[in-house]
Amino acid sequence: MAGAVSVRGLVKEFPVAVGRRIRPGEWRRVLDGVDLEIAPGEFVALLGRSGSGKSTLLRVLAGLDADVAGGFSVPRRVSVAFQQPRLLPWRRVWRNVVLGLREVDGRVVAERALAEVRLAERADAWPLTLSGGEAQRVSLARALVRRPDLLLLDEPFGALDALTRLAMHRLVEQLWREHRPTVLLVTHDVDEALLLADRVVVLDAGRITASHVVDLDRPRRRSSFADLRVAVLADLGVDDAEAA
Amino acid sequence: MSISTTGAVARPETAAAPRGGAPPGRRLPDLARWLSPLALVLLWQAASATGVLPEDKLASPATVLVTGWSLALDGQLGDALLVSSGRVAAGFLAGAAMGGVLGLVSGLSRWGERLVDPPVQMLRTLPHLGLIPLFILWFGIGEEPKLALVAAGAAFPLYLNLHAGIRQTDPALLEAARVLGCTRYERIAHVVLPAAVPQALVGLRIALGAAWLSLIVGEQVNADAGIGFLINNAREFLRTDVVVVGLLVYALLGLTTDALVRAVERRVLRWQAR
Repeated sequence: MAGAVSVRGLVKEFPVAVGRRIRPGEWRRVLDGVDLEIAPGEFVALLGRSGSGKSTLLRVLAGLDADVAGGFSVPRRVSVAFQQPRLLPWRRVWRNVVLGLREVDGRVVAERALAEVRLAERADAWPLTLSGGEAQRVSLARALVRRPDLLLLDEPFGALDALTRLAMHRLVEQLWREHRPTVLLVTHDVDEALLLADRVVVLDAGRITASHVVDLDRPRRRSSFADLRVAVLADLGVDDAEAA
Repeated sequence: MSISTTGAVARPETAAAPRGGAPPGRRLPDLARWLSPLALVLLWQAASATGVLPEDKLASPATVLVTGWSLALDGQLGDALLVSSGRVAAGFLAGAAMGGVLGLVSGLSRWGERLVDPPVQMLRTLPHLGLIPLFILWFGIGEEPKLALVAAGAAFPLYLNLHAGIRQTDPALLEAARVLGCTRYERIAHVVLPAAVPQALVGLRIALGAAWLSLIVGEQVNADAGIGFLINNAREFLRTDVVVVGLLVYALLGLTTDALVRAVERRVLRWQAR
């Protein structure tokens, strides 16, 4: 079915390198048998500590890291928004949005997508003149304009200030409800995950170690998921006394 | 960069305005910086007028000015300028084409780099101005050795900077372009080449400087026209005023082409303005 993601026993290993020398025969196992099923249109947050392999899993699903063992299947149309917006500084904003697309009326398509992230008036701006939040919204528009069945978000709010991040949460939730792509959001922010996701999955040392369905009405308030927050933090190895 | 500078690889300057300083355009040039050059010229004039600096060693600034004016009026200077500029243009185009093509080949393809880069890196360690004797043996003493020298001077800086510019493309941007469905050709056109432009323009400026320098050296060899001819001719008649005029014209030509490239830079790199 379009939009479904299925990961079965996924293993990804990287060669061990000391400096620039690769040690032959030594491998570091980053993903150690990951099983994950995501339903079409589902919003899943992937939580994990640094080095847990969450970004690697996203990169494998995006087709950026090959050479894996085990199987996975993703929809045909996959878009990615990275932690850094990765806009081409020498192309105007609207050209960045439609980069790689083969639309005849690229300008119109780009403007429509920019209007959705409320940046229509910056279509002709140079990317270096944008604020961090604006650049990330352009990156989001660039991902959504491809009408993806699967949207991969790699900590896209990580580099933003707290206020901008709150506005982005609302924007992403709204765009997801309108377009209904399957979303995999990689993050290390528990609140963010519980605010946005239908399901929170915890990755630790290359394996899925916990999964929580977040059955709460949207838009959510932080006060509504206090208990769940404690549970997820416990899965991440943080007891509540530290987190509170 | 003036013609007296020959570098290999330099860092591109960003066109960004200095942060926290006065807004660009409203800053007045610091007139005090003209004090010492002006004083030196006055000192020079005084030394000439009092006979401390004899005319056959160095003419006075006033004489240089008058001579320059009369050379311009009777057309000698214009003709020489045209001949020398033509040599630089032809030699530079040939050298730039060579350096550009080789830079693209070795920048864009792994095998191109393996095959092209080693010999170019070896050759660039040769002082190209020292090739004159060989060029004379190969091409005679006409226009060809001069053009070859200019071409050799321009080719290497352009090659080195273009190659370096292409190689330092941000891999994160290339990866993003790949995820967005860009073909290899599109990734080169939208990511790799634009990323190399700032460094390539630095190479262009250095190449132009090297071209002028090569021309000046090349024109010392049996020139029958051009600014070098003007200077060499003047030397035989102890006309130091004409020699100085020729040198000033060389400097002005170098500055002019440099200003042209800077204007191109401002236009092409306008995305860098924050």
